[in-house]
Amino acid sequence: MNEDRLVEEEVKRGILTTSLAKAVNWARKQSTWPVTFGLACCAIEMMAMGAGHYDVSRWGMEIFRASPRQADLMIVAGRLSQKMAPVLRQIYDQMPEPKWVISMGVCASQGGMFNNYALVQGVDTIVPVDIYVPGCPPRPEMLMYGILRLHEKIGKRGTFK
Amino acid sequence: MDLEAIATRVRERFDDVLVARGEVTVTVDRDDLVETLTWVRDEAELDHLSDVSCTDWPGREPRIWMAYHLASLRGGHRLRVKTGLPSNDLRIASVSALWPTADWQEREVFDLFGVTFDGHPNLTRILMPDGWEGHPLRKDHPLGGVATPYKGATVPPPDERGL
Repeated sequence: MNEDRLVEEEVKRGILTTSLAKAVNWARKQSTWPVTFGLACCAIEMMAMGAGHYDVSRWGMEIFRASPRQADLMIVAGRLSQKMAPVLRQIYDQMPEPKWVISMGVCASQGGMFNNYALVQGVDTIVPVDIYVPGCPPRPEMLMYGILRLHEKIGKRGTFK
Repeated sequence: MDLEAIATRVRERFDDVLVARGEVTVTVDRDDLVETLTWVRDEAELDHLSDVSCTDWPGREPRIWMAYHLASLRGGHRLRVKTGLPSNDLRIASVSALWPTADWQEREVFDLFGVTFDGHPNLTRILMPDGWEGHPLRKDHPLGGVATPYKGATVPPPDERGL
Protein backbone atom coordinates (compact mmCIF):
# COMPACT_ATOMS: atom_id res chain seq x y z
CA MET A 1 0.00 0.00 0.00
CA ASN A 2 2.78 2.31 0.92
CA GLU A 3 4.46 1.66 -2.41
CA ASP A 4 1.24 2.30 -4.27
CA ARG A 5 0.83 5.68 -2.62
CA LEU A 6 4.43 6.42 -3.48
CA VAL A 7 3.85 5.55 -7.14
CA GLU A 8 0.71 7.67 -7.16
CA GLU A 9 2.60 10.65 -5.92
CA GLU A 10 5.33 10.08 -8.47
CA VAL A 11 2.76 9.86 -11.27
CA LYS A 12 1.28 13.18 -10.15
CA ARG A 13 4.73 14.64 -10.59
CA GLY A 14 4.94 13.07 -14.07
CA ILE A 15 7.54 10.45 -13.16
CA LEU A 16 7.14 6.67 -13.25
CA THR A 17 9.77 4.24 -12.07
CA THR A 18 10.15 0.72 -13.39
CA SER A 19 12.85 -1.79 -14.21
CA LEU A 20 14.81 -1.48 -17.44
CA ALA A 21 13.73 -4.96 -18.55
CA LYS A 22 10.06 -4.04 -18.21
CA ALA A 23 10.49 -0.85 -20.18
CA VAL A 24 12.35 -2.62 -22.96
CA ASN A 25 9.84 -5.48 -23.06
CA TRP A 26 7.00 -2.96 -23.24
CA ALA A 27 8.63 -1.27 -26.21
CA ARG A 28 9.32 -4.57 -27.94
CA LYS A 29 5.88 -6.03 -27.58
CA GLN A 30 4.17 -2.87 -28.82
CA SER A 31 6.05 -2.99 -32.10
CA THR A 32 6.80 -6.56 -33.16
CA TRP A 33 7.52 -6.44 -36.84
CA PRO A 34 6.76 -9.71 -38.64
CA VAL A 35 8.83 -10.96 -41.55
CA THR A 36 6.91 -11.56 -44.78
CA PHE A 37 6.70 -15.33 -44.89
CA GLY A 38 3.45 -16.60 -46.34
CA LEU A 39 3.67 -20.21 -47.51
CA ALA A 40 0.12 -21.32 -48.31
CA CYS A 41 -3.55 -20.66 -47.61
CA CYS A 42 -2.86 -19.55 -44.00
CA ALA A 43 -1.07 -16.56 -45.52
CA ILE A 44 -4.42 -15.34 -46.88
CA GLU A 45 -5.80 -15.19 -43.32
CA MET A 46 -2.58 -13.52 -42.20
CA MET A 47 -3.04 -10.86 -44.89
CA ALA A 48 -6.65 -10.41 -43.80
CA MET A 49 -5.35 -9.81 -40.29
CA GLY A 50 -3.01 -7.16 -41.63
CA ALA A 51 -5.72 -5.38 -43.62
CA GLY A 52 -8.13 -2.71 -42.45
CA HIS A 53 -10.96 -4.84 -41.08
CA TYR A 54 -8.93 -6.66 -38.42
CA ASP A 55 -6.17 -4.05 -38.37
CA VAL A 56 -3.15 -5.54 -36.69
CA SER A 57 -1.55 -2.11 -36.70
CA ARG A 58 -3.35 -1.59 -33.38
CA TRP A 59 -0.32 -3.42 -31.96
CA GLY A 60 2.21 -1.76 -34.23
CA MET A 61 2.58 -4.86 -36.40
CA GLU A 62 1.27 -3.64 -39.73
CA ILE A 63 4.71 -3.46 -41.31
CA PHE A 64 5.48 -6.91 -42.72
CA ARG A 65 9.17 -6.53 -43.46
CA ALA A 66 10.51 -7.92 -46.70
CA SER A 67 13.96 -8.17 -45.14
CA PRO A 68 14.53 -10.56 -42.22
CA ARG A 69 17.19 -8.14 -40.92
CA GLN A 70 14.46 -5.73 -39.88
CA ALA A 71 12.02 -8.26 -38.46
CA ASP A 72 11.71 -9.83 -35.04
CA LEU A 73 8.74 -12.15 -35.51
CA MET A 74 8.33 -14.95 -38.03
CA ILE A 75 4.76 -16.15 -38.66
CA VAL A 76 5.12 -19.48 -40.47
CA ALA A 77 1.82 -19.32 -42.35
CA GLY A 78 1.23 -22.58 -44.16
CA ARG A 79 2.70 -25.99 -44.90
CA LEU A 80 6.47 -26.20 -45.21
CA SER A 81 7.86 -28.42 -47.96
CA GLN A 82 11.12 -30.32 -47.55
CA LYS A 83 12.73 -28.18 -50.21
CA MET A 84 11.64 -24.94 -48.52
CA ALA A 85 12.97 -26.02 -45.10
CA PRO A 86 16.58 -24.78 -45.57
CA VAL A 87 15.21 -21.46 -46.86
CA LEU A 88 13.03 -21.00 -43.77
CA ARG A 89 15.95 -21.79 -41.51
CA GLN A 90 18.19 -19.34 -43.36
CA ILE A 91 15.65 -16.54 -43.03
CA TYR A 92 15.28 -17.35 -39.34
CA ASP A 93 19.05 -17.23 -38.90
CA GLN A 94 19.19 -13.85 -40.64
CA MET A 95 16.74 -12.26 -38.19
CA PRO A 96 18.44 -10.32 -35.39
CA GLU A 97 17.99 -11.34 -31.76
CA PRO A 98 15.65 -11.27 -29.93
CA LYS A 99 13.26 -13.08 -32.27
CA TRP A 100 10.08 -15.10 -31.96
CA VAL A 101 8.26 -17.66 -34.11
CA ILE A 102 4.53 -18.28 -34.42
CA SER A 103 3.54 -21.56 -36.05
CA MET A 104 0.26 -20.69 -37.77
CA GLY A 105 -2.15 -23.49 -38.63
CA VAL A 106 -2.07 -27.22 -38.17
CA CYS A 107 0.21 -27.91 -41.16
CA ALA A 108 2.99 -25.73 -39.82
CA SER A 109 2.49 -27.13 -36.33
CA GLN A 110 2.72 -30.86 -37.12
CA GLY A 111 2.15 -31.57 -40.79
CA GLY A 112 -1.65 -31.48 -40.65
CA MET A 113 -3.41 -33.57 -43.25
CA PHE A 114 -0.20 -33.87 -45.26
CA ASN A 115 1.36 -36.85 -43.55
CA ASN A 116 3.69 -37.68 -46.43
CA TYR A 117 7.17 -37.41 -47.91
CA ALA A 118 6.83 -33.91 -49.33
CA LEU A 119 6.25 -31.84 -46.20
CA VAL A 120 8.11 -31.14 -42.98
CA GLN A 121 6.08 -32.65 -40.11
CA GLY A 122 6.06 -29.54 -37.95
CA VAL A 123 8.30 -26.48 -38.24
CA ASP A 124 9.46 -27.06 -34.65
CA THR A 125 11.76 -29.68 -36.16
CA ILE A 126 13.57 -26.81 -37.93
CA VAL A 127 13.19 -23.67 -35.77
CA PRO A 128 12.17 -23.08 -32.12
CA VAL A 129 8.47 -22.15 -31.93
CA ASP A 130 6.97 -19.85 -29.27
CA ILE A 131 3.24 -19.98 -30.07
CA TYR A 132 1.22 -22.63 -31.90
CA VAL A 133 -2.02 -21.37 -33.45
CA PRO A 134 -4.38 -24.27 -34.31
CA GLY A 135 -6.89 -24.23 -37.16
CA CYS A 136 -7.09 -25.01 -40.84
CA PRO A 137 -6.64 -22.19 -41.53
CA PRO A 138 -7.03 -20.19 -38.30
CA ARG A 139 -9.30 -17.18 -38.55
CA PRO A 140 -7.64 -13.77 -38.15
CA GLU A 141 -9.09 -13.56 -34.63
CA MET A 142 -7.29 -16.75 -33.66
CA LEU A 143 -4.00 -15.47 -35.00
CA MET A 144 -4.56 -12.20 -33.15
CA TYR A 145 -5.17 -14.19 -29.96
CA GLY A 146 -1.90 -16.00 -30.55
CA ILE A 147 -0.16 -12.67 -31.03
CA LEU A 148 -1.62 -11.33 -27.77
CA ARG A 149 -0.35 -14.41 -25.95
CA LEU A 150 3.04 -13.80 -27.54
CA HIS A 151 2.91 -10.22 -26.22
CA GLU A 152 2.33 -11.64 -22.73
CA LYS A 153 5.31 -13.89 -23.23
CA ILE A 154 7.51 -11.04 -24.41
CA GLY A 155 6.39 -8.96 -21.44
CA LYS A 156 7.57 -11.64 -19.03
CA ARG A 157 11.15 -11.74 -20.24
CA GLY A 158 13.14 -11.34 -17.07
CA THR A 159 16.38 -9.96 -18.35
CA PHE A 160 17.27 -7.21 -20.72
CA LYS A 161 19.58 -8.45 -23.45
CA MET B 1 -7.07 -34.65 -87.81
CA ASP B 2 -10.00 -36.23 -86.03
CA LEU B 3 -9.83 -39.38 -83.93
CA GLU B 4 -10.36 -41.82 -86.79
CA ALA B 5 -7.83 -40.09 -89.00
CA ILE B 6 -5.03 -40.13 -86.43
CA ALA B 7 -5.82 -43.76 -85.53
CA THR B 8 -5.66 -44.77 -89.19
CA ARG B 9 -2.45 -42.83 -89.68
CA VAL B 10 -0.56 -44.53 -86.83
CA ARG B 11 -2.03 -47.98 -87.67
CA GLU B 12 -0.21 -47.79 -91.00
CA ARG B 13 3.06 -47.85 -89.09
CA PHE B 14 2.44 -49.54 -85.72
CA ASP B 15 0.74 -52.80 -84.71
CA ASP B 16 -0.29 -52.14 -81.12
CA VAL B 17 -2.74 -49.25 -81.37
CA LEU B 18 -5.62 -48.92 -78.91
CA VAL B 19 -8.55 -46.52 -79.37
CA ALA B 20 -10.58 -46.14 -76.17
CA ARG B 21 -12.61 -43.31 -74.61
CA GLY B 22 -11.74 -40.98 -77.43
CA GLU B 23 -7.99 -41.44 -76.98
CA VAL B 24 -5.39 -43.14 -79.15
CA THR B 25 -2.59 -45.08 -77.47
CA VAL B 26 0.42 -46.63 -79.18
CA THR B 27 2.48 -49.17 -77.25
CA VAL B 28 6.05 -49.78 -78.42
CA ASP B 29 9.24 -51.46 -77.20
CA ARG B 30 11.49 -49.17 -75.27
CA ASP B 31 14.30 -49.62 -77.81
CA ASP B 32 12.02 -48.20 -80.50
CA LEU B 33 10.93 -45.18 -78.49
CA VAL B 34 13.07 -42.45 -80.05
CA GLU B 35 12.41 -43.75 -83.54
CA THR B 36 8.66 -43.84 -82.83
CA LEU B 37 8.49 -40.36 -81.38
CA THR B 38 10.58 -38.95 -84.24
CA TRP B 39 8.18 -40.52 -86.72
CA VAL B 40 4.98 -39.26 -85.07
CA ARG B 41 6.50 -35.81 -84.68
CA ASP B 42 7.51 -35.53 -88.32
CA GLU B 43 4.86 -37.61 -90.07
CA ALA B 44 1.74 -37.22 -87.92
CA GLU B 45 2.03 -33.48 -87.11
CA LEU B 46 2.39 -34.14 -83.35
CA ASP B 47 4.69 -31.20 -82.71
CA HIS B 48 4.06 -30.66 -78.98
CA LEU B 49 5.13 -32.93 -76.12
CA SER B 50 2.60 -31.96 -73.47
CA ASP B 51 3.58 -34.45 -70.77
CA VAL B 52 6.08 -37.14 -69.87
CA SER B 53 4.44 -39.33 -67.28
CA CYS B 54 5.07 -42.58 -65.49
CA THR B 55 3.08 -45.25 -63.63
CA ASP B 56 4.15 -47.97 -61.22
CA TRP B 57 2.45 -51.38 -61.23
CA PRO B 58 3.92 -53.57 -58.45
CA GLY B 59 3.59 -57.30 -59.08
CA ARG B 60 3.48 -56.90 -62.85
CA GLU B 61 6.22 -57.14 -65.39
CA PRO B 62 7.09 -54.70 -66.91
CA ARG B 63 6.54 -52.82 -63.68
CA ILE B 64 7.24 -49.21 -64.67
CA TRP B 65 5.35 -47.76 -67.64
CA MET B 66 6.41 -44.55 -69.34
CA ALA B 67 3.69 -42.49 -71.09
CA TYR B 68 4.44 -39.69 -73.54
CA HIS B 69 1.45 -37.45 -74.22
CA LEU B 70 1.68 -35.66 -77.53
CA ALA B 71 -0.50 -32.93 -78.98
CA SER B 72 -0.71 -31.24 -82.32
CA LEU B 73 -0.91 -27.47 -82.20
CA ARG B 74 -1.74 -27.36 -85.91
CA GLY B 75 -4.14 -30.30 -86.24
CA GLY B 76 -5.69 -30.37 -82.77
CA HIS B 77 -5.30 -34.13 -82.34
CA ARG B 78 -3.60 -36.01 -79.53
CA LEU B 79 -1.69 -39.26 -79.13
CA ARG B 80 -0.24 -41.27 -76.26
CA VAL B 81 2.88 -43.40 -76.65
CA LYS B 82 3.48 -46.00 -73.93
CA THR B 83 6.44 -48.20 -73.21
CA GLY B 84 7.18 -50.59 -70.35
CA LEU B 85 10.46 -50.89 -68.44
CA PRO B 86 11.52 -54.10 -66.66
CA SER B 87 11.97 -53.58 -62.93
CA ASN B 88 15.60 -54.77 -62.95
CA ASP B 89 16.68 -52.27 -65.62
CA LEU B 90 14.95 -48.89 -65.35
CA ARG B 91 16.65 -47.15 -68.26
CA ILE B 92 15.26 -45.44 -71.34
CA ALA B 93 16.59 -43.08 -73.98
CA SER B 94 16.06 -39.39 -73.39
CA VAL B 95 13.93 -37.47 -75.87
CA SER B 96 15.19 -34.06 -74.81
CA ALA B 97 16.92 -33.77 -78.20
CA LEU B 98 13.51 -34.00 -79.90
CA TRP B 99 11.65 -31.64 -77.56
CA PRO B 100 13.60 -29.35 -75.18
CA THR B 101 10.64 -29.43 -72.79
CA ALA B 102 11.41 -33.09 -72.08
CA ASP B 103 14.43 -31.95 -70.07
CA TRP B 104 12.54 -30.99 -66.89
CA GLN B 105 9.77 -33.54 -67.38
CA GLU B 106 12.29 -36.38 -67.50
CA ARG B 107 14.03 -34.99 -64.45
CA GLU B 108 10.71 -35.14 -62.62
CA VAL B 109 10.21 -38.81 -63.56
CA PHE B 110 13.80 -39.53 -62.52
CA ASP B 111 13.21 -37.78 -59.19
CA LEU B 112 9.90 -39.42 -58.29
CA PHE B 113 10.22 -42.87 -59.95
CA GLY B 114 13.97 -43.45 -60.35
CA VAL B 115 14.00 -44.00 -64.12
CA THR B 116 17.39 -43.22 -65.71
CA PHE B 117 17.28 -41.37 -69.02
CA ASP B 118 20.28 -42.11 -71.23
CA GLY B 119 21.58 -39.04 -73.03
CA HIS B 120 19.87 -36.52 -70.74
CA PRO B 121 21.96 -33.32 -70.42
CA ASN B 122 21.49 -32.82 -66.65
CA LEU B 123 19.78 -35.69 -64.86
CA THR B 124 19.41 -34.40 -61.28
CA ARG B 125 16.52 -34.17 -58.84
CA ILE B 126 14.07 -31.35 -59.55
CA LEU B 127 11.31 -31.50 -56.88
CA MET B 128 12.87 -33.19 -53.87
CA PRO B 129 16.03 -31.89 -52.10
CA ASP B 130 19.33 -33.02 -53.58
CA GLY B 131 20.28 -35.33 -50.71
CA TRP B 132 16.94 -37.13 -50.64
CA GLU B 133 16.95 -40.93 -50.60
CA GLY B 134 14.36 -42.98 -52.46
CA HIS B 135 11.73 -42.21 -55.08
CA PRO B 136 8.51 -41.16 -53.34
CA LEU B 137 5.91 -41.82 -56.07
CA ARG B 138 6.70 -45.51 -56.29
CA LYS B 139 3.95 -47.67 -54.85
CA ASP B 140 6.28 -49.30 -52.31
CA HIS B 141 7.15 -45.90 -50.78
CA PRO B 142 5.23 -45.46 -47.49
CA LEU B 143 2.15 -43.23 -47.75
CA GLY B 144 2.50 -41.60 -44.36
CA GLY B 145 4.41 -41.79 -41.12
CA VAL B 146 7.62 -40.69 -42.81
CA ALA B 147 10.44 -39.32 -40.66
CA THR B 148 11.64 -35.79 -41.39
CA PRO B 149 15.32 -35.64 -42.38
CA TYR B 150 17.08 -32.30 -42.02
CA LYS B 151 20.80 -31.66 -42.25
CA GLY B 152 21.82 -35.15 -41.16
CA ALA B 153 19.40 -35.43 -38.21
CA THR B 154 16.00 -37.14 -38.33
CA VAL B 155 12.78 -36.39 -36.47
CA PRO B 156 10.26 -39.26 -36.29
CA PRO B 157 6.67 -38.74 -37.51
CA PRO B 158 4.30 -36.98 -35.05
CA ASP B 159 2.51 -40.16 -33.88
CA GLU B 160 5.83 -41.71 -32.81
CA ARG B 161 7.17 -38.73 -30.87
CA GLY B 162 5.43 -39.67 -27.62
CA LEU B 163 3.65 -36.32 -27.34
